[in-house]
Amino acid sequence: MRSTTSSADDDGAADQQNPGPTEQELEANRRKARRRAKSRNWTLFLLFAGPNILLILAFIYYPLLSNMYYSTLDWRLGSATATSVGLQNYVDFFTSSSGVEVWRVTGIFTAGAVLGSMILGLLIALVINKKIPGRTAARTAVFSPYVLSGVGVALVWNFIFDPHRGALSHVLAAFGMSSPQWYLDEDWALFMVIIVYVWKNLGYCAVVFLAGLQSIPKDLLESATIDRAGPARRFFSIVLPLLTPTVFFLFVTNIIFSMTNAFDILRTMTPTGHGTNTIIFEIYLQSFGAYQRAGYSASIAVVLFFTLFLITAVQLRFVERKVHYA
Amino acid sequence: MPELISRQQLTREQRRQRRRGSWTDAFSRQNILSTLLTGYLPILVALLVIVLPLAWMILSSFKPPSEIVTLNPTLLPQDPTLSNYGDVARRVPLLTVLGNSIYVTLIGSTVKVLLAITTAYALVYIRVPGANLIFLGILVALMVPPEVSMLPNFLTISALGGRDTLWGIILPGLGTAFGTFLLRQHFKALPKELFEAAELDGAGHFRKLFQIAVPVSLPAIATVALVTVVNEWNSFLWPLIIIDSPEKMTLPVGLNLLQSIEAQTGSYGILMAGAVLVIVPMLIVFAALQRYIVAGLTQGAVK
Repeated sequence: MRSTTSSADDDGAADQQNPGPTEQELEANRRKARRRAKSRNWTLFLLFAGPNILLILAFIYYPLLSNMYYSTLDWRLGSATATSVGLQNYVDFFTSSSGVEVWRVTGIFTAGAVLGSMILGLLIALVINKKIPGRTAARTAVFSPYVLSGVGVALVWNFIFDPHRGALSHVLAAFGMSSPQWYLDEDWALFMVIIVYVWKNLGYCAVVFLAGLQSIPKDLLESATIDRAGPARRFFSIVLPLLTPTVFFLFVTNIIFSMTNAFDILRTMTPTGHGTNTIIFEIYLQSFGAYQRAGYSASIAVVLFFTLFLITAVQLRFVERKVHYA
Repeated sequence: MPELISRQQLTREQRRQRRRGSWTDAFSRQNILSTLLTGYLPILVALLVIVLPLAWMILSSFKPPSEIVTLNPTLLPQDPTLSNYGDVARRVPLLTVLGNSIYVTLIGSTVKVLLAITTAYALVYIRVPGANLIFLGILVALMVPPEVSMLPNFLTISALGGRDTLWGIILPGLGTAFGTFLLRQHFKALPKELFEAAELDGAGHFRKLFQIAVPVSLPAIATVALVTVVNEWNSFLWPLIIIDSPEKMTLPVGLNLLQSIEAQTGSYGILMAGAVLVIVPMLIVFAALQRYIVAGLTQGAVK
């Protein structure tokens, strides 16, 4: 008893004599341990994620920044000298007739590609949505062009569109028509690449629409049928409104895709890009085509990046929040 | 309750009549006709639009030149020949190009999938301040199309001596935002309890990743792997600008060369044989594993 109290007293005395340092030491130790754990976490984190982050910095972020620098230069690819021209490249791209032409072609291509693949995709989704045997196989077949090489697909359609030997020219001849000059006439060429892009892309739209259709509650449609709503009425009053989130999602992603994914079709079907030089094709043509205007090409790349950034921001800000089940 | 007749109370004869009634309804002429018109006819039209060009490609690749230039073409080759494939091999070093494509696809996809797995794991399970900011940076990278980085990357890889080399094709595409994003979403959804037993045993992050997280995530990893394989195989723009000599080309670039050789003569049989070589392998992969590929490519849309 006594001994214990005395020892307790001793402890107390020791604490009173020397209370701060122990506490501080403990705290310091704890902090050190935490810091060590944190730095060990950082070491592990960088071990796991570091290589990927480095690669993304080197080959995605560094190019974004250096493009901004190159875009202020009048500079030919391969040339050792370049002169600074400020924002002249941007002014050229937005005001010169060749720059305006790129915007016109991009606008027509995007509009045609987005509307074409969404409308046809929705029609196909409505058809596949019926419960009939073989629809899984149909879904697979419709989606398949989306995963095929754009170069391969473009070669096949080159043959089909050939005004003299192509399958299409034989079909048109059967109806007494002659084939348009798909490759010589710039307007027909643009129409042609839109068709091929839509063919490759509509399966994606169909599959996304199909998922949207299958999330529509069945009892809603059944009660509408009992109230004698016809198929058209059911589609426009129930299906389409409930599908708006899907429609907006596809609308935005398709705009982005058609601005960025079409390069291999465009390059293979119309190598020189007369009449089909959309913004993505123009970036390539300006730096690696006949002109080698690297600085101008970089300015177009910067404009494209900010355009895509804007579209994505608008989607995240408005579409995701406001349109759900409008 | 006389009006509520249970199945057991029906006589055998009545039951048979009922069954026959539904049978004959289902196979009535009107029902068959409406199923055909509203169900199968549109599907058939859609399938023809999709399948006919591909069938045309495959069948034409076996046609001799005389059947390509003819005024009366037939769908089936009358005199099937393999000479188009031989001609492709004579104009481009076919086996080398095919080997390059397989090499680039396999190495590129393997590294990308590994990087995606480890990065996604780190983002979810290794707590460091600012991890969310890093994730945001990866999301922005997801948005940048390769065309935007093409010119600076061309200069970087040229400076590193990677022009006209296979590693020059592979290196700039190795950083993966897509795979990281997809696997992060997946890892986040894994139940914490999975890891608890391992943590009590004192397992480190390596064991938790490779003995727990990876084995339970194989479908998601397969999705990332397959989408990556498809993209690497089809990749065209970057190999086109970084490769000059035919011996280093991948299939899409080799086909581009083939087209520029054959464009004037219009020897479509040879070009169709080339198209078959780049398209059919992916058709087979897709047909076998479409569930994973569709899931990966429509990610974000189907929540």
